[in-house]
Amino acid sequence: MSILIDQNTKVICQGFTGKQGSFHSEQAMAYGTQMVGGVTPGKGGSEHLGLPVFNTVKQAVAATGATASMIYVPPAFAADSIIEAIDAGIKVITCITEGIPVADMLKVKAVLTQSDAYLIGPNCPGLITPNDHGSGCKIGIMPGHIHLAGRVGIVSRSGTLTYEAVHQTTQNGLGQSTCIGIGGDPIQGMDFIDCLRLFEEDPQTEGIILVGEIGGQAEEEAAEFIQQQVTKPVVAYIAGVTAPAGKRMGHAGAIVSGGKGTAGAKSEALEAAGVTVVASPTDMGSAMLTRLNRR
Amino acid sequence: MNLHEYQAKNLFQHYQIPVPKGRVIDDLMDLESALAEVKSSGWVIKAQIHAGARGKAGGVQLVSDEAEAKVVAKRLLGSHLATIQTAGKKLPVNALLIEETLTIQQEFYLSLLVDRATKRHTFVISAAGGMDIELVAEASPEKILTVSVDPVVGLMAYQCREVGFALGLTGNAFKQLSTIMKGFYQLALDKDVALLEINPLVLTNNNELIALDAKVNIDSNALYRQADLVAMRDIRQEDEREAKAADHQLNYIALEGNIGCMVNGAGLAMATMDLIKLNGGEPANFLDVGGGATPDRVAEAFKLILSSQEVKSILVNIFGGIVRCDLIAEGIIQAVQDVGLTIPVVVRLEGTNVALGRQKLADSGLSIITANGLAEAAEKVVALAKEHQQ
Repeated sequence: MSILIDQNTKVICQGFTGKQGSFHSEQAMAYGTQMVGGVTPGKGGSEHLGLPVFNTVKQAVAATGATASMIYVPPAFAADSIIEAIDAGIKVITCITEGIPVADMLKVKAVLTQSDAYLIGPNCPGLITPNDHGSGCKIGIMPGHIHLAGRVGIVSRSGTLTYEAVHQTTQNGLGQSTCIGIGGDPIQGMDFIDCLRLFEEDPQTEGIILVGEIGGQAEEEAAEFIQQQVTKPVVAYIAGVTAPAGKRMGHAGAIVSGGKGTAGAKSEALEAAGVTVVASPTDMGSAMLTRLNRR
Repeated sequence: MNLHEYQAKNLFQHYQIPVPKGRVIDDLMDLESALAEVKSSGWVIKAQIHAGARGKAGGVQLVSDEAEAKVVAKRLLGSHLATIQTAGKKLPVNALLIEETLTIQQEFYLSLLVDRATKRHTFVISAAGGMDIELVAEASPEKILTVSVDPVVGLMAYQCREVGFALGLTGNAFKQLSTIMKGFYQLALDKDVALLEINPLVLTNNNELIALDAKVNIDSNALYRQADLVAMRDIRQEDEREAKAADHQLNYIALEGNIGCMVNGAGLAMATMDLIKLNGGEPANFLDVGGGATPDRVAEAFKLILSSQEVKSILVNIFGGIVRCDLIAEGIIQAVQDVGLTIPVVVRLEGTNVALGRQKLADSGLSIITANGLAEAAEKVVALAKEHQQ
C-alpha cells in the first residue's frame, strides 16, 4: 500500500513532446512508471517515446484509461492544463511548473473544490511511490534512485529538502511509502492536512516526516490536525529560522510578514501537538528512527 | 513588483477611486508650475520611494507657501531616505508628488490581497486608519473586518454595504465606498495585483472619501502579460545585487554574516543558512542556484557571494537530483578558476554520480574541501570562517 499512486497507476504527461516533458517522461519510464501516453495539442495521432500522443486529455483518458497526469507546460498555459485534466476526470494531477500567476491559481482552486481530483503543486517536485526493486511510480523531477520502499511517508514544501529526508530514511533503512512535494507557492493544490489524512489511513505508512518552511499558516493548521486526528509518530523540520522578515526566500510563499509565519511559531505549534521538531535538517531520519523504535 | 505612490494613484483614477489633486515632478524646475496647477491653500510634498512609513522619516512634508515648498523640495529631491521599512537601506528620492491639502474628519484602512487561508481575494478594512495595520491586528483584532470574494460571482453589493455600515458612512461617502471596493476588485483582476492598500482612506469635511496614500504590489509571475506595468518598474529602488542575481535566474538575498552559501533549491538554501547558524556561524547570504546549475550560473553565483567583503568562507551545498554531481563538480572547478578564489570553499555533494564528483574536486588541485554529509560541511565551513576572521 501507499497513497495516491502505485506501480499500477496509469500516467499521462501534458506537455509530453516538450523538452521537460520528454526528459522527465523518459526518467519516469526508466523508474518503472506506467506511462501510457501524452498530450500535446496539434500533435495528436503521432508517437513519442514509443507512446501515443493525443490532442486533448479527454481523448488520452478514453484511449488509455489513465488516472494520473503530470504537467510540464509553461506558466502561461499551466492553469488551462490543470483545469483540462480536472475536466477529463483525472484523479491525481501533478503540476511541476513554477511561476504560475496567483490569479490563475485562484481560478484553478475554485474549479478544484468542485471536483474529487487531487492536485499536487504547482511549483513542486511531484510525488513518488517506490516499490521493492528500486523502481515504482515516479511522477515528477526527483531522482528515483535515492528512494527505498518502506515505512515513512514524507510531505514537504521544498524539493531538495524532500531529497534530504528521503536520503536519510534510505540510509537508515526505514524507506518511504510515498513522498509528496506539495510545492512552494502561496496557492496550491494538496496541503499538509490532505496528505497527513491519507498517510494516517495508509497501513504501510508507520511514521510521517513533515518538511515545512516560513510563510503562511499551513504548519500551524497541520499541527492542529495532528493533535486531533494523527496517531502515527510525526517528525518535522521547518526551514528559515535565519530568514529575514519581509523577504521572499526563493519560493513565492516563503515570506515572514507582519510577524506571522515564522519558523519559531511553527515549531512551537507542532511541538505542542506532540511532533518531534528537529533543529537540524540532518536529523530528520534519525529522529524518525528513534520515534518508530520507541513504540 | 512595487509601484510608486504616484503611479498607483494614476491607476486608481482609471478605476474611479478618488485621489487628491496632485502632480509628480522629477526636476525642481517644474515645481512652480506644479504648485500653480495644484491649487490649494497649502501643499503636501511626498518623497516617492518604494517603502512605507515615510512620514516619520521626514519624507512627507506639509508646506504653507511657495517659498517653503521650494526649500523642502530642494532638500528632498535627489536625497536618500531610510524608513523603518527599508531594512537599514537608504532609497533614492528621484521624484516628488505635490498634492493639495485636505480637511480630514476620519481615517480608515482599506486593502485587498490574495488570502492564502481562504484562497480568495480578500478585503481588509479597519476604522483605525493611518496606523500600522499589523499593530491594529495585534492590539485590537475586533477593529478589523475582512470580506472574501467568491470568484464565481465576484464582489457583491451587499458586501460593500456591510463595510459601509460598519464604518458608519452615510450619503455620498457610503456610495463612494462601493465604487472604491468595486474599483479595487476590478483593478486586482485586470492588473494581476498581489496587494492593494489605501492607508489612510480619509473622510473629508465634505463627506467625501479620498485615497490619501496608495500602495500597489504586482504578482511577479504575471508580469509577462502586464507590459504597461513592467514599463513602470523603477529599478533604482531595488537592491542592485538582488536585481543582478535575478537577471541570471539566481535567487539571492544579502545577509549580515561572513559565510557565503550556494545551494540548489530554496528550501535547502534556507536550511543551509539555519545549519550554519546552529553551528555557531553567521550566513552572509541566501542563494538558490536553481535546478539547472550550469558552470556559468555557478560562476555568477560565486561572483555575487564575493561581492560582499565580509565573506571569509563559502559553503556549496548541492543535492544533485537529476543533474549529475560530476558535472556540477566540473562547474565548480571552472568557476573557482575563473573567479580566482582566495578564500576556502567547502563543497558538499550528494545524489547522482556523487563519488565521481568528489573525486574530480579532490583531483583539481584547488583549495576545495569536500565534506561527507551536510553536518560535516557546516562544521568545517564555520571553523574555516573563524580561522580566516582572525
